[in-house]
Amino acid sequence: MAKNTKKAEEPVRKSGLFEYAPAPESPAAAGDIATSYGHFIGGEFVDSSGSEALKTVNPATEQVLAEFAQGTEEDVDRAVAAARRAFTDWSALPGSERAKYLFRIARIIQERSRELAVLESIDNGKPIRETRDVDLPLVAAHFFYYAGWADKLDFAGYGSNPRPLGVAGQVIPWNFPLLMLAWKIAPALATGNTVVLKPAETTPLTALRFAEICRQAGLPKGVVNIVTGDGRTGAALTSHPDVNKVAFTGSTPVGRAIAKQLAGTRKKLSLELGGKAANIVFDDAPIDQAVEGIVNGIFFNQGHVCCAGSRLLVQESVQDEVLDALKRRMDTLRVGDPLDKNTDIGAINSAAQLARITELTAAGEAEGAERWSPSCDLPGTGFWFKPTLFTGVSQAHRIAREEIFGPVLSVLTFRTPAEAVEKANNTPYGLSAGVWTEKGSRILWMANQLKAGVVWANTFNKFDPTSPFGGYKESGYGREGGRHGLEAYLDV
Amino acid sequence: MSETSTRLDVLKTYKLYVGGKFPRSESGRVYEVTDSNGQWLANAPLGTRKDTRDAVLAARAAVKGWSGTTAYNRGQVLYRVAEMLQGRREQFSAEVAAAENIGAKKATALVDAAIDRWVWYAGWTDKVAQIAGNGNPVAGPFFNLSVPEPSGVVGVVAPQAGYGHSFLGLVSVIAPAIATGNTVVVAAAADAPLPALSLGEVLATSDLPGGVVNIISGRTEDIAPTLASHQDVNGLDLTGAIASDGSGAAAGLEASAADTLKRVIRPELDPFAQDWTDAPGTDRLLSFLETKTVWHPIGI
Repeated sequence: MAKNTKKAEEPVRKSGLFEYAPAPESPAAAGDIATSYGHFIGGEFVDSSGSEALKTVNPATEQVLAEFAQGTEEDVDRAVAAARRAFTDWSALPGSERAKYLFRIARIIQERSRELAVLESIDNGKPIRETRDVDLPLVAAHFFYYAGWADKLDFAGYGSNPRPLGVAGQVIPWNFPLLMLAWKIAPALATGNTVVLKPAETTPLTALRFAEICRQAGLPKGVVNIVTGDGRTGAALTSHPDVNKVAFTGSTPVGRAIAKQLAGTRKKLSLELGGKAANIVFDDAPIDQAVEGIVNGIFFNQGHVCCAGSRLLVQESVQDEVLDALKRRMDTLRVGDPLDKNTDIGAINSAAQLARITELTAAGEAEGAERWSPSCDLPGTGFWFKPTLFTGVSQAHRIAREEIFGPVLSVLTFRTPAEAVEKANNTPYGLSAGVWTEKGSRILWMANQLKAGVVWANTFNKFDPTSPFGGYKESGYGREGGRHGLEAYLDV
Repeated sequence: MSETSTRLDVLKTYKLYVGGKFPRSESGRVYEVTDSNGQWLANAPLGTRKDTRDAVLAARAAVKGWSGTTAYNRGQVLYRVAEMLQGRREQFSAEVAAAENIGAKKATALVDAAIDRWVWYAGWTDKVAQIAGNGNPVAGPFFNLSVPEPSGVVGVVAPQAGYGHSFLGLVSVIAPAIATGNTVVVAAAADAPLPALSLGEVLATSDLPGGVVNIISGRTEDIAPTLASHQDVNGLDLTGAIASDGSGAAAGLEASAADTLKRVIRPELDPFAQDWTDAPGTDRLLSFLETKTVWHPIGI
């Protein structure tokens, strides 16, 4: 922060005369971060049975935030046992009472949303603008939405007396730590299940803070258990014999491994996996709106979004116009301190993820695609990646086929709607797609043809708890959100 | 096959049903199908892995047309199947009686139930979107609609056991999958494939486009693993995969299906106890559907 004196010498940004002044959110708003954390089992914070500890770092500064436990098989065992014990009473509780606990949790999340947003930004690297305006409001909304279902399950369309499954083992990724927690825990509790949740090893802090919220809400002990650790802990949880339901959000390879692991068991499984969404821009689209949608589609959350619009399919006749406008817009994107309220693109979540993005973009260049990024300075420490555009991409290129999970957009072109559909569907994934055109009948035709669980027309990356989300093909099975999201936690 | 008649019966050469045609097996081989007393009934084609792959190709080719037709039209076609079966009631009763070693009366009741099941699913084609779809009241100015769509190609291991499995059970697994716009490749019950192969003849004359249903007889351990591992199969119904070990066993097939993240229906804990006359419900109808949610802004 001693740089303030240098301010006058800084060059005027290309994007305009007036530079934004720094508008930092206070890291202190995140509340106290302990130096080390254990698990949350049976309503208590407990030490791990093992001695191994992992570190979670602030990806914007590389500073260690806290140590946390590498959950052992024994830890998982304890957590599942606690959830099993709690299940009897929790599932027998009238839905109207379960509802009130969920409403309480939703309210406490709202009350503490600034704290949670700042903590999320610090642990994850995503901009405060997004945690504050997107993640946290959606997290609270999910608990509100499913709270209302808890005493109305007879009306959900799954028969007159739908039953919970038992103990749910839930493993979530690092890209939306609290939101994924809400997607998993809210419907599970509403339907009368108890849960053991494992947050990602790079972002455990907000899940552990959520455990405190469960305590504040007076949630019965053992209904929610949080066990931290890496993939080994996750595997112990998903393969635990006393887990009745497994819910996983993450990469397709891991999802595939879990599906294999669960073959031949009676455990119910839902998977939200990878994607390689096509964002399709027709020549009659409102270009400025489309460019905003393209930017939101791929640079939201540093591109760490399974449904990110990572393949831009632009109609050949407007390619130059769209790309010029897109580059102009990308020039204005502000990369840097996630806690600055003006930051558009924060830090890449981890060194490992940065390495993967770097490797795949290098492959893009090596395979002949043309790379472009706006000129912007990146901080010296932390994990950063400039918003990146690849043109001249063919369908065979790795950057057009593999999920990059970073701020990297591959541009392909098409001439006819049929060709757009053909290219959009030419992937083993099927999570999401975008369509930009002013022609209503074309939107509906495209929406019909696209093999994707979510189709955003003239918008992108919109989420809502009432709205089912999930993929076709190798993007996984089951839906989260909405009435459909209840099915994953009911014996139907 | 009356003993006292001087007239020699004309026996049927049973064939596979693939892509709307009746090919012999690529293997050039057949296997003996017998009744429960070991009495020879007929030879059935010994369908192979290659036959199964050909059938998947046919099923894939049929997806676009079948899923693209209107739900109303699909209902008409399914009802047409019931109509055509009605006229062949006696033939199927005889085949079911022989396949399951039951009396003519019971067999006829099972065939009638199977015909009625086509009628039940015919009525579902244009209603499933109404019970599985949703308008979603999102918090913002958006039009937001969730609609069900077929998964694509479904591999079906037909029931091998349970009361009524050979025909009513078969219909109970095929009809819901195609009612929603999927196409199927069916591994017929290995020991009782004749009603299934005859069903192919009915389907071929029921306005059902070729390739929507493909029926393979043969060893389940050849056909089922091919379906489970096939890259171009989207769903797998393991109802008939009841062997506790070997390559036709359910757990192994499910593990194989995980490579391509197929949607899987697991077999009942005790498939032998399954009574196919039970009311079907909507489970099978909904198992091979995807929910697609479409968003659009609202504004002027």
